[in-house]
Amino acid sequence: MAKLTMVQAINQGLKVAMESNSDVVILGEDVGRDGGVFRATEGLLDLFGGDRVADTPLSESGILGTAIGMAVYGLRPVPEIQFMGFLYPAFDQLVSQAARIRTRSTSRFSCPITLRVPYGGNVKSPELHSDSLEALIAHSPGVKIVTPSNPYDAKGLLLAAISDPDPVVFAEPLRLYRSVREEVPDGWYQIELGKAKVAREGTDVTVVAWGSLVPTCLRAAQLASQEGTSVEVVDLRTVSPIDEETILRSVTRTHRAVIVHEAPKTAGLGAEISALIAEEAILDLEAPVTRVTGYDAPFPVPVVERSYVPSDRRVLEAIRACVKF
Amino acid sequence: MVAKTRSTTKDATRRYHPIQILSPEGELLGPSPTIKDEELVKMLKFMIVGRTFDQRALSLQRQGRIGTYAPISGQEAVQVVSAMCLNDDEWMFPTYRDYAAMYVHGMPMRDLFLFPMGHPQGGRAPEDVNIYAISISIATHLPHAVGAAWASKIKGEQKAFITYHGDGATSEGDFHEAMNFAGVFQVPLVTICENNGWAISLPRERQTHSETIAQKGEAYGINSQMVDGNDVLALYQVVSESLERARTGQGPTFIEAVTYRLGPHTTADDPGRYRSQEELDEMKQKDPLVRTTKYLRGLGLLSDAEEAEMWEDAKATVSDALKEAENIAVPNQDFFFDHVYAELTPNLIKQRREFIPEEAE
Repeated sequence: MAKLTMVQAINQGLKVAMESNSDVVILGEDVGRDGGVFRATEGLLDLFGGDRVADTPLSESGILGTAIGMAVYGLRPVPEIQFMGFLYPAFDQLVSQAARIRTRSTSRFSCPITLRVPYGGNVKSPELHSDSLEALIAHSPGVKIVTPSNPYDAKGLLLAAISDPDPVVFAEPLRLYRSVREEVPDGWYQIELGKAKVAREGTDVTVVAWGSLVPTCLRAAQLASQEGTSVEVVDLRTVSPIDEETILRSVTRTHRAVIVHEAPKTAGLGAEISALIAEEAILDLEAPVTRVTGYDAPFPVPVVERSYVPSDRRVLEAIRACVKF
Repeated sequence: MVAKTRSTTKDATRRYHPIQILSPEGELLGPSPTIKDEELVKMLKFMIVGRTFDQRALSLQRQGRIGTYAPISGQEAVQVVSAMCLNDDEWMFPTYRDYAAMYVHGMPMRDLFLFPMGHPQGGRAPEDVNIYAISISIATHLPHAVGAAWASKIKGEQKAFITYHGDGATSEGDFHEAMNFAGVFQVPLVTICENNGWAISLPRERQTHSETIAQKGEAYGINSQMVDGNDVLALYQVVSESLERARTGQGPTFIEAVTYRLGPHTTADDPGRYRSQEELDEMKQKDPLVRTTKYLRGLGLLSDAEEAEMWEDAKATVSDALKEAENIAVPNQDFFFDHVYAELTPNLIKQRREFIPEEAE
């Protein structure tokens, strides 16, 4: 057991996966000699060679498209796209191909790909480096999307994704890559996909979040507790399929729900979760479901991005309003 | 210091012309590759099956017995001969127009009918037939073919892969990304462009300003060939050599096979709106079936009676397959829930429980 950052935990997860399964291969831009732009694949080229850690041309659709062919032919590719905003050029291959190979072939072919892709803002990066596309992906049947909020989850969810028989987008919140270190077990362990985690228990209001905003929500919950409000924070871990049971179990106890995400508000996953609560638990509610999200504008430039990404303060305000209602 | 460029003037000005061995009149223009007589006869037989299937499918569509169908008439030679060059244990990545190629590689004709019938069994080959699921969007399957061939190379196999696309596909980004990867990673793939002159209503000259499509492969450092796609001998020579190169680790090949779409793009298309009867009449003179028949006659490998028998046999094969296809049960209305993920997700379980089926049309 060692104290690792999230990016180190991901690196270790990849190493463990490649050691235990020779079908696991990595491909992407700068993943080999350079070790990845965030060093997530550092050292793997030396350990496993160029056949299994392939530096590719600059070609997102080519990376994902060839990964699909590899997966269909029995490998377990783990392609990397450098930023989620660069997934747009590969989006056709993701939603019309990877997600549909099983359907198209009535399960003769499957597509066990783990597509690693860093996402999220507040890291002062240029345009398209900060987008959060989980809602677009969640709207595409046939593909799953997972996002860790801490180093331990990152490794366990990554190994579960690599073991999954279907395509999984593994969205890595890049501002959490090096923000904390925590104990991460050596060797192989998995965190089941499709299961949320109650990251903090509470009784007055449920805050649902995932990936990059879980630490924000935990801080807001801590601030609320100083005002006498007990906040439960649900970390979805898997964004699609959503763990409806855990959300509903929490909301029917706390009777209040705040949903927090970084992506734009309209047609974001907050809308889906809000509809779920309305369909299944509306009579349990003491207050309207509240969303704290990015705005319906493209992710802005670095000098104003801190006002776009939900902050501790905005989440705390929403919690207060919800409790006061 | 000025870096030296690798290409030379000579390379840059290479001109491509379709390799031709058999004239449209069925006469040899050069030495024939070595092909057994029975293989030559089999080529014609498969082409006749292809043409017969095509004519039947068109009439079935008009009767409303099958849905939208993309005809193959005119393209039988390139499909049949290339597929005959591929070994059974090697893989094919077809388009929706490669009925004859798929049939030759082992796809049951019943399933070829099921595809335009909208039955799920039509888009995918049986487990023991090495054909990838049919792609509808253009060129998206090309990187998949590259990836599979790459995986085979990583596994240390010595197999060749074959994939097809049309002239229109060469304008898609995925074509270029796939070609680039095929070149960089030297994968054992033969990519065949069935240049049939038209991408729905757009003629080849408007698809690209390049003089030939073949030269696009050269731009990616790939062995590139241009061949008369209605000439079985030239096709056999070029495709079998290219597959052998792939099998022996000599990398990918790109082949532009110049052919012609005698029919509409699909049954939903009216080519009278964009191309002339004169063009069609001229191209009919280059019909690969006519050419191959003449050649076999000249060699003494085909009598009137044998030719008539081939057409009769083909009709019977097609009728039997159609009967089989029409007798295949429609799946349960909720079958699609089973093929989204390996296991039903909780939301799919819930939706299936609430599912209200309608009658199939």
